[in-house]
Amino acid sequence: MNRSKILLVGATLAAGITTPAALADQERFAMTHPTWNEECGSCHVAYPPQLLPAASWEALLGDLGNHFGSDASLDPATAAELLAYARMHASARTAAGEPTLRITRTRWFLHEHDEIGPATWQRPAIGSPANCAACHRGADSGDYSERRIKIPR
Amino acid sequence: MARQHRTGASRGRTARIGAVSAVIGLVLAAATATAAAAGADLLPPLESAARATDPGFAGFSAARGQSFFDATHGGKWSCSSCHTRNPLQAGRHAATGRPIKPLAPAANPQRLSDPAKVDKWFRRNCRDVLERECSPAEKGDVITYLLSLQ
Repeated sequence: MNRSKILLVGATLAAGITTPAALADQERFAMTHPTWNEECGSCHVAYPPQLLPAASWEALLGDLGNHFGSDASLDPATAAELLAYARMHASARTAAGEPTLRITRTRWFLHEHDEIGPATWQRPAIGSPANCAACHRGADSGDYSERRIKIPR
Repeated sequence: MARQHRTGASRGRTARIGAVSAVIGLVLAAATATAAAAGADLLPPLESAARATDPGFAGFSAARGQSFFDATHGGKWSCSSCHTRNPLQAGRHAATGRPIKPLAPAANPQRLSDPAKVDKWFRRNCRDVLERECSPAEKGDVITYLLSLQ
């Protein structure tokens, strides 16, 4: 490890900042962008931008008028601000072909939730895999760690 | 000596708490009045727009707003699918399950207080429920209905 990496890791540990290195476990995300939290968190949890690659965010934020069956259109300035933020924090993992639009269809998500059966997803208090906060009680603050999971009956 | 000092300090603290409470009360009262006025302020421009398209327009109606709010308009959803038939209560997004704070300003003073937000949500949600934008008359009826709830 070279000197600059040591300094980076040291600074990360000291400040608790979420850099790509700190996100290796994909459990905690810094939800610190007020526009992202507000605009992306009205109808669903504000999903961490780290969970999709840039191409996916570009496709999603470029077609907000037709957002999974709902009109989520924004004024152009706000949409541009969100896209810049998404690009800055997007996942570096890319897959061939069309960009994935649903976090719940990424290989990472499917792997992390492979023990959850269809009947669990359909419980009234959960409803859909998109409802992170049903089980991840810290989802609104970006905390998806094991200790904050409580699956409703 | 020490006890007297404590008693004096305690009396001073009580007076300060009283004064602070009074100030907080005034600020809250002012904030509530502003929010209510802001909601009502949305109506005159909508009324002008409604009259421009219909010279016989006779004013907004809370009852008509309520019927509109609870109707599905031939589609899958109504406004009340997410906001419930009692907008004084919290709702839940019909597709995602996300909790939604109450829509009536009496239960949530932030509602109807920001005209840009009101425009944004009418534009989006009318397209979701009616597959078109709402008319000024329809928006005025719904706002009048929401302001009537106590």
